Amino acid sequence: MMASIELRQVKKAYGGAEVIKGIDLSIPEGDFCVFVGPSGCGKSTLLRMISGLEDISGGEIAIGGEVVNRIPAADRGLAMVFQSYALYPHMTVRQNLSFGLENINTPRAEITRKVGEVARMLQIDALLDRRPKDLSGGQRQRVAIGRAVVREPRVFLFDEPLSNLDAELRVDMRGEIAALHRRLGNTMIYVTHDQVEAMTMADKIAVLRLGKLEQFGAPLDLYNRPANLFVAGFIGSPKMNFITGRVDQGDRTLLHLDTGETLRLPERGFAQRAGEKVTLGIRPNHMTVGEGAIAVQVRSVEQLGGESYVYGQTSAGAPITVHSPGQTRIGIGETIHVGAPEGEIHLFDSDTGLSLRDD
Amino acid sequence: MTRLLGFLTATRGGAKLHWTDWASYAYLCTGVFLMFFPVIWLVMSSFKTEADLQRYPPTFLPYQQQTIMVEGYDDPLPLFEMTGGEYEGMILAQLRRVGLQAQMIDPANPGERLRVGIEDRVPVERFTLATENYTELFGRFNFLLYFWNSTFITVMATLIMLLTNSMAAFALSKYQFRGRTVVLLLVIGTLMIPQTVVLVPLFLIVTELGMFNSLWGVIIPGAATPTGVFLLRQYMLTIPDEILDAARMDKASEWKIYWRIILPLSAPAIAVLAILAIMWRWNDFLWPLIVLTRSENFTLQLALNSFQGELQTDWSSLLAMTVLTLLPIAMVFMFLQKYIATGIASTGGK
Repeated sequence: MMASIELRQVKKAYGGAEVIKGIDLSIPEGDFCVFVGPSGCGKSTLLRMISGLEDISGGEIAIGGEVVNRIPAADRGLAMVFQSYALYPHMTVRQNLSFGLENINTPRAEITRKVGEVARMLQIDALLDRRPKDLSGGQRQRVAIGRAVVREPRVFLFDEPLSNLDAELRVDMRGEIAALHRRLGNTMIYVTHDQVEAMTMADKIAVLRLGKLEQFGAPLDLYNRPANLFVAGFIGSPKMNFITGRVDQGDRTLLHLDTGETLRLPERGFAQRAGEKVTLGIRPNHMTVGEGAIAVQVRSVEQLGGESYVYGQTSAGAPITVHSPGQTRIGIGETIHVGAPEGEIHLFDSDTGLSLRDD
Repeated sequence: MTRLLGFLTATRGGAKLHWTDWASYAYLCTGVFLMFFPVIWLVMSSFKTEADLQRYPPTFLPYQQQTIMVEGYDDPLPLFEMTGGEYEGMILAQLRRVGLQAQMIDPANPGERLRVGIEDRVPVERFTLATENYTELFGRFNFLLYFWNSTFITVMATLIMLLTNSMAAFALSKYQFRGRTVVLLLVIGTLMIPQTVVLVPLFLIVTELGMFNSLWGVIIPGAATPTGVFLLRQYMLTIPDEILDAARMDKASEWKIYWRIILPLSAPAIAVLAILAIMWRWNDFLWPLIVLTRSENFTLQLALNSFQGELQTDWSSLLAMTVLTLLPIAMVFMFLQKYIATGIASTGGK
């Protein structure tokens, strides 16, 4: 059982404040889609609107081709995993898992079979008679997922499910949720503010900011071809470096940086106009040291053994991060010259923030 | 048991008792005395005969004068010990008393009548419980009927009150609707209206509905209390909305959410309210006094009141019945008191 999800100009307003400003999105069935964005971008609200727990102020939501605007949450065939797990504290794990099945009048034997199956799959069969307060964070998370899985929904919704776990457990659970998706093949929507989670789990990522969809696409598309400054800065860790400058009045391929240096841009690939104010973006791992034009004053160096990060500043004050594989000899206080291969630079219109890529 | 003993004999530590230990125990003992002495006095008095109750100065323990059956007399005769005069040291039975003189006989020699001054004798008394005070309640007065009336009113009123109040509190804490605050303020606002103000209108309504002189006339008007709604609402606010959302995603109906999720999770607050409701209903006097006028509908409190006549009060029965009336509420308290502290502590939010 699978279903595609279609959002058409979906809006949400609380009083006069519009928090979701018209989102169009189409999630094919069986996809693992991640909504990512900084806190307050409306990603959780959007998820709750899809679930039916929050009503929508405008537009249409269709699940499996059927518009569900007027259908209550219970009848949309979805299951949701909440950030706080939201397990029923007074029920045992077994009762937590079977509550949903009881509500749709599943026969007792069937409930026992399904609960047993799901418990084995999630390795919580030893915990069935415990109460949520006697479980660890990771175990509660599994129970919460189990409660969603046991009802065999068309679509799974995850609302920041891993944010209450410690770092190590988070990596494990990430892998398990991805494995769950491969095994069940259901459509899943996953909300997170962590771009690493988004990159590692998603088939498609929707980057949201201030209630607007900034970009929707496959993780590597977003990484390689960010549509605007926000996505460029949000996706990828450490952040992309930005240096502002102005295109030469005569020669379109000459870029005068605010630091005073001049760079030559590739002939093709960008649609910059002469005299336009632009922002140059280079990922830390694409920075090359020693062969570039941009002078960077080193402020600190992180040696991780297998790789190193150099943090510095251009003469105009823009922060620069350089990633270099292996160990580095660069010391604090030195001035280094950095650059980037032609194919690895990004160019954005400084005023609109949009990418100037023209292919 | 050892833990209880350890708790009761806890000290500040150290080999000798610190002066703070003395002070605390003195304070606690005073408290225990102030709290328990009246109750213990009541229990002791309830076992005294009417004559013993009238005695001045009063004794702590119930005493009864010893009597003896003497041949040739139909009634048992009271026994006295002689403290002076001719017969000092003997134990005699009194036939009758005339002024300052009394006619006595020696039980061993019933034929001879002896004349003694009343200042030369003291009654022979022994510690005896006048259990007839209690047995009479069941025979002469219809204690069980009153007990049943009180129990029925208390149990029904508490159940109805818990149900309606928790439903109201659920709506007021977990649903968003226009006018929610107004409704809440109205509910709380009724706290400011004293019961005596609405007594007459309430009476008219109850009479109009045909509930006058019926137990339901006592149960229904007390079913909704603003205190209960407010207490439960404050507690329910602390139940996370996500749990309700999860239940909705689990296809639970709103009734099911109330019954399977909200009620069990509010158990501590409900326990507190249940205790309060039981105490209110059980001890309620004014309203039942107005609504129930026929004695077969009397609650225990009304029955107690009827012992207190204008000219004469049947103290021994009154005291015995008071003890029996206190018992159930004391039981409720003993078993449920731990919920009061936890319940009230957690209704304050976190």
